[in-house]
Amino acid sequence: MSPSAAGSRQPAAEGGGRGQVWRSRRYRWDLRWSPYAFVAPFFLFFAAFGLFPLLYTGWAALHQVELTDPSAMTWVGLKNFTRLWEDEFFWNALRNTVTIGLLSTVPQLAVALGLAHVLNYRLRGSAFFRVAVLTPYATSVAAATLVFVLLFGRDYGMVNWALSAVGFDAVDWQNGTFASQLAVSTIVIWRWTGYNALIYLAAMQAVPGELYESAALDGASRWQQFRHVTVPALRPTIFFTCVVSTIGATQLFGEPLLFNGGAGATGGSDHQFQTLGLYLYEQGWVNLHLGRASAIAWAMFLILLLIAGAARLLRGRGDAR
Amino acid sequence: MRAHARARRTLITVGTAVGAAALLLSGCAQDPEGKPEPGASADGKGKTTLTVGVFGAFGLQEAGLYDDYMAQNPGVRIEQTSIERNENYYPQLLTHLGTGSGLADIQAVEVNNIAEITATQADKLVDLGRAPGVDKAAYLPWKWAQGTAKNGSTVALGTDIGPQGICYRKDLFAAAGLPTDRAAVGALWAGDWGKYLEAGKAYKAKAGDGKAFVDSASGVMAAVTGSSAQRFYDEQGKVVYKANPAVRGAFDLAASFATEGLSAKLQQFTPAWDQGFSNGTFATVSCPAWMLGYIQDKAGPAGKDKWDVAAAPKPSNWGGSFLVVPKAGKRAEEAAKLAAWLTAPEQQAKLFEKRGSFPSASGAYRLPAVSGARHAYFGGAPIGEIFARAAEGVPVTVIGPKDLVIAQNLADIGMLQVDQKGRSPQEGWDAAVKAIDNALDQ
Repeated sequence: MSPSAAGSRQPAAEGGGRGQVWRSRRYRWDLRWSPYAFVAPFFLFFAAFGLFPLLYTGWAALHQVELTDPSAMTWVGLKNFTRLWEDEFFWNALRNTVTIGLLSTVPQLAVALGLAHVLNYRLRGSAFFRVAVLTPYATSVAAATLVFVLLFGRDYGMVNWALSAVGFDAVDWQNGTFASQLAVSTIVIWRWTGYNALIYLAAMQAVPGELYESAALDGASRWQQFRHVTVPALRPTIFFTCVVSTIGATQLFGEPLLFNGGAGATGGSDHQFQTLGLYLYEQGWVNLHLGRASAIAWAMFLILLLIAGAARLLRGRGDAR
Repeated sequence: MRAHARARRTLITVGTAVGAAALLLSGCAQDPEGKPEPGASADGKGKTTLTVGVFGAFGLQEAGLYDDYMAQNPGVRIEQTSIERNENYYPQLLTHLGTGSGLADIQAVEVNNIAEITATQADKLVDLGRAPGVDKAAYLPWKWAQGTAKNGSTVALGTDIGPQGICYRKDLFAAAGLPTDRAAVGALWAGDWGKYLEAGKAYKAKAGDGKAFVDSASGVMAAVTGSSAQRFYDEQGKVVYKANPAVRGAFDLAASFATEGLSAKLQQFTPAWDQGFSNGTFATVSCPAWMLGYIQDKAGPAGKDKWDVAAAPKPSNWGGSFLVVPKAGKRAEEAAKLAAWLTAPEQQAKLFEKRGSFPSASGAYRLPAVSGARHAYFGGAPIGEIFARAAEGVPVTVIGPKDLVIAQNLADIGMLQVDQKGRSPQEGWDAAVKAIDNALDQ
């Protein structure tokens, strides 16, 4: 506080009037504290609806709590966490989350990048196409998933019908381990590709045109321009979408829940597409074990922190290069 | 069972938006209209508002019961909030009971949750057994017992139950050389679920491959377990399903439908199952009373005069619900009166007439709306008679707090692995046991 205060006392004293001193002080306070007042509502809400639940969940994770009587908490220390090591359902859910995450994120971002590149050309009716790629994102998870369940039906689904038309055997999309995970990923890809494409498109339009011009002068083809101009310029954006998609993939819940028809949170008869989000839900809201569910929630949080740390390391190395 | 709630949900097909709105509504339904005191609202229109919280399309409102009550009691206004799925409704009910806020004056409870409610929440609920207008003798004894807590207070009044029959396709039976008359069909398997399996084998021998006898193995399992007095818990409240021959027997019998190739390998209450009805994929399905309307919906006009219903091998129950009155409610006395009225035989009979929910009040069985009921879609079957006989034969089932979790894992993990993944019955059983152990472990 002192340097700025000392610095500004001088001119005020020169001006002489007391009112001016007061005004300049008020101006200083305004400058200094108003931003805090403006951001305060967010942080108040965050404290009430973000931070408190987060901490309380951590507290509950150290207890045995049942939803039938949430106020009766028995201290069990780290038991809820240590048992996760031996919990094969947890590891299965973690494995499924990673597989489905990769199956959905990688193709999704690749296709989005390609789509953005095409949309970046001068197209007739480009506004229409740009809105069109975003429409899947605007549909609800529930509606989209219910339609995909019909498409991926074993007996009367359209996907199997198409497969049989080209001579393949019908696939039991819900029961196969890989098949079901692929089907769930398809829903995610369908919903989020357009969204990511628009983010890429925005970033592409910020790439200076001169770069392309000089590349063209050097004789670079469209593909070479894409590889050597567009992609490097988009690196921060690609990193951003990777982070967001990873968070989304870790929290994957609605699609696998509804893909399971009537069976709820089991993620298929063999838990073949039960994600961490589903397992958490099953423990907390089907089996009513709030303590165990809280431990899973915190484990997910820690996993995300680990991924974020790893990404930071990778990125740091990439920048240094 | 959960399937009950699901059936109702799908029956009405409430849109997602409506579901979300219902969630919102019920979230803030504790003090409708902000009426300050119980019944003391002499101001304005001077009406006491009672709220009823239900899951799915419960039917009370749809059958016009609220309107009737409001007409008889001009001082009362009834509002209902509904959450589409019991899976979402029940945890919320528990949290609301725990905090004593956010509750409706009357709340519905599904049969698979009733043991947990009476065991853990009885002190938070009004003893309806002593409420004015409640007549214990009018209810089926086993249904009354389910709503009664250990301390003797009856905290839940039964609404409907799910006595079962076997719904079958007359045309498919005729093609396979089986009888089509409902008395003769019932006689095929009377008294023994094993005979149902034999009938299936006979059906398959004539009908040939690609023709399934039942819709799903888990449907058979639910029906068979519903006919035994002891299932997952013993009278002392201990989990005994692993060693109980009735459960293992039901599992193995149902699994044989899968291993013998008699099952259409469908999962109940999924779109594929619905399509099975309209495509005539299977010849029979064990059907609780509440499923008849569902079948009619899904099989459509094309299925008329093809479906019929016969008695099940043994009396069996699947599903049903209760009403409870939380003590935390400000109008508990008024609410108890309403709950007693809603579950009285006359009203249950009307609910059956309008919505097909079978009465748990045996007093209703003598009323013409039930005793004379025939279902036009099912070849004019005397459903009142068939289901009333089943209802009266259902044993007093011992139910435990985690019945739902156990039944669900047996069906959706164990039996589904056998039925759809082709695992052996032993593998399916082991997988289910593992999942149940994990679920019951606190």
